Amino acid sequence: MTDYSLDRVPDLAPSARYKFATRVLPLLLLALILLSIPLFEPSRTWLSLFNAIGINMVFALSYNMLLGQAGMLSFGHAVYFGLGGYAAMHGMNAIENASYDGGVWAAFPMFALPLVGFAGGALAGAVIGWPSCRRAGVPFAMISLGIAELVAAAGFMFISVFGGEEGITGDRMNGVELFGLSLGPLGEVYWFIAFWTFLGTALMYAFTRTPLGKLAQAVRDNPERVQFVGYNPNRVRYLVFIAAGGFAGLAGGMSAVNYEIFTPESLSVVPSGLVLLMAFIGGARYFAGPILGAVVLTYMQSNLSDYSEAWLLYLGLLFIGMILFAPGGLAGLLLSGTAALKHSLSGKGVLRAGAFVTSALMVAAGVIVLVELAVRHSNGFGEAFETFGFHLAPDQMMPWAVGLILAGVGIGSLKVLSRQGGVGS
Amino acid sequence: METVVFALLNGLIYGLLLFMLSSGLTLIFSMMGVLNMAHASFYMLGAYFAFTLGQHTGFWFALFLAPICVGAAGACVEKWGLRKVHARGHVAELLFTFGLAYVIEELVKIVWGKFAVAYEIPPELNYSLFELFGSQYPAYRIFMLAVSIAMLAGLWYLLKRTRIGLIIQASLTHPHMVSHLGHNVPRIFMLVFAAGCALAGLAGVIGGNYLVTEPSMAFSIGPIVFVVVVVGGMGSLEGAFIASLLIGFLQTFAISIDSSFAEIFSFAGLSADGDIGRITIASLAPMLPFLLLVLMLMLRPRGLMGEREF
Repeated sequence: MTDYSLDRVPDLAPSARYKFATRVLPLLLLALILLSIPLFEPSRTWLSLFNAIGINMVFALSYNMLLGQAGMLSFGHAVYFGLGGYAAMHGMNAIENASYDGGVWAAFPMFALPLVGFAGGALAGAVIGWPSCRRAGVPFAMISLGIAELVAAAGFMFISVFGGEEGITGDRMNGVELFGLSLGPLGEVYWFIAFWTFLGTALMYAFTRTPLGKLAQAVRDNPERVQFVGYNPNRVRYLVFIAAGGFAGLAGGMSAVNYEIFTPESLSVVPSGLVLLMAFIGGARYFAGPILGAVVLTYMQSNLSDYSEAWLLYLGLLFIGMILFAPGGLAGLLLSGTAALKHSLSGKGVLRAGAFVTSALMVAAGVIVLVELAVRHSNGFGEAFETFGFHLAPDQMMPWAVGLILAGVGIGSLKVLSRQGGVGS
Repeated sequence: METVVFALLNGLIYGLLLFMLSSGLTLIFSMMGVLNMAHASFYMLGAYFAFTLGQHTGFWFALFLAPICVGAAGACVEKWGLRKVHARGHVAELLFTFGLAYVIEELVKIVWGKFAVAYEIPPELNYSLFELFGSQYPAYRIFMLAVSIAMLAGLWYLLKRTRIGLIIQASLTHPHMVSHLGHNVPRIFMLVFAAGCALAGLAGVIGGNYLVTEPSMAFSIGPIVFVVVVVGGMGSLEGAFIASLLIGFLQTFAISIDSSFAEIFSFAGLSADGDIGRITIASLAPMLPFLLLVLMLMLRPRGLMGEREF
């Protein structure tokens, strides 16, 4: 009989180096990026874009606590963003009033307002989550949709709390200053956003490492087994729901300070849908996925909408394309791309990858040409689609044919390529 | 009395319109186990197709042609889209149809413009049929009623009394057995999906000119259709029928009651100045279906007539 003593069991724990590289380094990298952005002296447009990205990053990450970690598809996550934001907005006004007549709020720094948002979002999550987290899957999704519609309608109805159509406004330059930031100029708001973005991201990452975070993943993959082990899946879902609501509220509080206004629109199903798109397009399976999604979608939202009226169509097509061909999202594509390159650095592998990318780009170019032509044709101003020195007029046959051929050849070659072997292999 | 009769009639018509939408959704749900978030988008396509076809062929041809076109579009979506995602589970399918709703709305904006189109009631039906308590009742509403009832009867006959209906019903519950018997189940699924979309398209043809034909019409009615399907019990046509009428009546009755909370609860000392006192029953009407949905899912998750929790 062989006797295995404990010291002969191989050590399966990850090495310190591995832990550092996968758990600490990405966060340090994020901090480095956040710190180095002001060194490039970005313009006001860029700064406000970065602020919006920071808010959406925290919001999308909080959404992914539900979708990616616990497997709960919610169509109403903006409810917690909005309620947290409204709580922060009321906090902001309380600080302003207290700065004249004194009171408890006078000692509360404006910089810490996202904490009020966190409390508001978590409270809303605790109240609304109680009935809705008893069900999972499609019923949970439907309940979240119903609650989103209800709360959005109530937002327009209770004018004293939500301010009706025009919302409520505030002034962030009041109260105690922290870190010497008056929060007046956009550059100082950037530091505020960067601080909370980093803190929110780090805390949400830490959450995935807690026993509750691990249990949430277990509930997502197999709720029955979790029950056998002795945990109540509904309770796990409820706790994750509260945490996700809190972080959504944190993002709402950041948004309240950044824009100094909140309207009932922010509670509705439209921003809820957008955050779902962010998390999924970025890659709901990976922690960093929603960060990518928030960066790409916020950039698209603020810049692409200047170039093209049809940016929502591109967004929808991108989303559908991701669901059909890349369920891992952008993060999954990046990871499988680098892994494939690492493993098969042969000439043939690179050639195949190149062919894939080229055909995908051809499809994208063809679709863009067709859509832009259609938009201009439909507007009827006789405008042409000017791009890269090409003059594509919608009243001629040639540009349409170019778009069709590009898309057709691209799709055809993608089909041939994928028949030779799966994507990424 | 007068308001009650009018609310009953309008509620019946609205309820039947909802049923036309939700019957297709229910069929698709019982087949694939997933709610088609883009179902209302096919309703919108029906209205727009009827508007465009009607300019060339007149309303009566469009009444038949538009649903067929919508059904064909639905078949394409099933064959080249949903079928591919099916293997990846219900959440992926739900997300796919969610994205599709975005795409269809944007395409409609490109093709037909961002504003409402002038899709009007055909002149043959644009008169008042009878007089009720001194107000005119439009003939078109009675026509909608007739179309809805004809569709209801046709659907019932097709599903319960024909061989095709038998095969469809069998494939809903026992797809493997049906395919062992030599039927092409994926094609049956595609046809059911197309038929469900065609029904939504028909609702669009007769509802688009009754309401407004605009790019946001899908977004405004879509969530209510889910409410119908969930409240009625997932996969139950009878339940969907009852829930449609229930929500139709509920909303039209609520709209016709103009009193505010302050008036109703004045005995409890509620003043008309506060936010709660100012709320009128009529303004609550859009919220009622969702309230019903949340309550139903919490208290009786299988819905009114559903056989199983989903």
